Amino acid sequence: MTELLIILCLPLAGAALLGLRGERSWAGEANAAISLVTFLGTLALAARVVGQGPLVLLTQLFFVDAFNVFLVTLTAFVGFTTSLFSRVYMRVEQERGRLTGKRLRLYHGMYQMFMFTMFVALLTNNVGILWVAMEAATLATVLLVSLYRTPASVEAAWKYFILCGVGIAQALFGTILLYLAAERVLGAGGSALLWTHLFEVKDQLEPTVLGIAFVFLLVGYGTKVGLVPLHNWLPDAHAEGPTPISAVLSGLLLNVALYAVVRNKVLVDAALGTHLPGYLMMGFGLLSVLVAALFLFRQKDVKRMFAYSSIEHMGIATFAFGMGGPVAAFGGLLHMTAHSLTKSAIFFAVGHAAQKTGTQNMDEIRGLVHVSPAVGWGLMVGGIAILGMPPFGVFASEFVILTTAMRDHPWAAPILLLGLGIAFASVFTRLQAMVFGETTAKRLPHPPAMLPVFVHLVLVLILGLYIPPYLAAWYRQAAAMIG
Amino acid sequence: MNGPLVGQVINLLAALMLLIAFAMLAQRRLLRLIHLFALQGAVLTLNTLVVAATLAQSHLYFSVVLNLVLKVIVLPMILIRLVDRLDLRADAESVGNLPLIMLVAVVLVILSFNVALPISELAGTITRGTLGIAMASVLIAFLMMITRRKAVAQVIGFLAMENGLFFAATSATYGMPMVVELGIALDVLVGTFIFGIFFFQIRETFDSLDTRNLESLKDRE
Repeated sequence: MTELLIILCLPLAGAALLGLRGERSWAGEANAAISLVTFLGTLALAARVVGQGPLVLLTQLFFVDAFNVFLVTLTAFVGFTTSLFSRVYMRVEQERGRLTGKRLRLYHGMYQMFMFTMFVALLTNNVGILWVAMEAATLATVLLVSLYRTPASVEAAWKYFILCGVGIAQALFGTILLYLAAERVLGAGGSALLWTHLFEVKDQLEPTVLGIAFVFLLVGYGTKVGLVPLHNWLPDAHAEGPTPISAVLSGLLLNVALYAVVRNKVLVDAALGTHLPGYLMMGFGLLSVLVAALFLFRQKDVKRMFAYSSIEHMGIATFAFGMGGPVAAFGGLLHMTAHSLTKSAIFFAVGHAAQKTGTQNMDEIRGLVHVSPAVGWGLMVGGIAILGMPPFGVFASEFVILTTAMRDHPWAAPILLLGLGIAFASVFTRLQAMVFGETTAKRLPHPPAMLPVFVHLVLVLILGLYIPPYLAAWYRQAAAMIG
Repeated sequence: MNGPLVGQVINLLAALMLLIAFAMLAQRRLLRLIHLFALQGAVLTLNTLVVAATLAQSHLYFSVVLNLVLKVIVLPMILIRLVDRLDLRADAESVGNLPLIMLVAVVLVILSFNVALPISELAGTITRGTLGIAMASVLIAFLMMITRRKAVAQVIGFLAMENGLFFAATSATYGMPMVVELGIALDVLVGTFIFGIFFFQIRETFDSLDTRNLESLKDRE
């Protein structure tokens, strides 16, 4: 209960404080401190839930089980490390005159607001509030994408706003239909949208209505996951916004949207008694992997390239949850964790690299190891990890997902392998040139914030080599719930 | 009120809703578009009021008030102020091939009725017959967003879409639970403010509110 209040109230209070005073010199530190305490709060909550089992709190408004507490902890952790990176990164941006005090206030205030909306989305027990919080997460980040006010960033933010707004309106329609079906079983009123109640009667819900509802929910939340063909906003928003925002959008928001899809899928699966939702998710997932891999090859902008790589990896995770069953769900959860940690680490390194060379164009970024060994090696190791090379965590999760696919759906495995292969070929050559190429650039004056990068990469390495037993037990609990 | 009469009134309001959706699709003048949007909000509010009075559902009165304040008064006022400050009062745009757009809209209506049929048979509400119209208004608003080039008109389309969704919630289930409805209203309000900020950002950056300027981000070769 106390933990929950810390997790929810602290970011909200932080948003208010930093919204008013976010241009002060201590704002970056305050942002990091708030994120740290929030993270400690999520650790305490996670310990409680793993020990005592699922909790229903605050007159059933909030619900914590192994599945969402794992994502809450991950969100708070990446939120904290990103705030460390953002402290250094935004200071340099400010010194270069790209940001005024007013924009820094907006940035810091909205950073905490964004964390708050994600925690609400993850922790709420009400499927309607889940929708409200997802929409609020878009609203919190949309002005951050246009923070630099360049023509490209304003365009990216507008696209993000309109496409996600329209997309998520479909999810609202899906939620209305879900409520229609639930009301017939549970009676009218607030309790008919509570997930814990819905879960108990999930096999009595009207299948026709839920089938149609799921299509709307998948298209709606799928837009935010970045599933092809609803992905158009994602590369622009990632490339044009400030890099810390790219890191949290890619590492966290996409996960939360996928969480919303999976939560609803559990209900629809039981009501339908068929595998239709699973096949839909597998289809969207495979299409995303393949299309994103082909687009990866054509990119010139380094942040855009890694944005397409995020689409690819969310496709893999969606495919895994679509297959269903505890093993595939385990792989999906592991993949979400590994991708989240690796991709944010890559964005940290890319952020420093782009800040140093003054460009995001990959043809102009060369010889990072000579300019700054830490950034160069960070990017290289991160790149190898995200491409699914052993011994990193992404390899482990992709291995689990691929072997499950070969056993249950052999037709899908070649498509997945093809996508992964193309992605490897296109990203690796680019990386090599950026990191080891010839350069005339001088060493940089600013010491980069490389601690978050290496902490993330070490964690991903550990996930690949050895999953600690308590973590494995936790994943298994969560996977059993959604599998 | 007795049953058949209420049914007639609700059907009449639903028909008005659809008519306004078509009118918005064809309206070139921005100011008129905002008036139509306010009118749609008023029809929506009236519809909710009729349902609330018939069923004596107290939470529906709450959403009547919420609708009246937000969609008939606050949002149109914000939009008109924005139009004034951006100096767009006399603004009109060409809508393209209007007969074709209307024809597409008619097809969308037929489609919506077909999709809504199995669902509305399951709904136990007196308003269930109007679910098809609600779905049609959502799709027509979507069509309006696609066919418009000016940012303000696109946003009005977006808000009209939300009206359609609200209408769907009333016809299928007598409205969502109160806390959800409050949350949605808050999102819509904040969203409209942010859209307002965007109009200024877009105009500052491109000297125009034409969204054709916003099509340069592609995958550059």
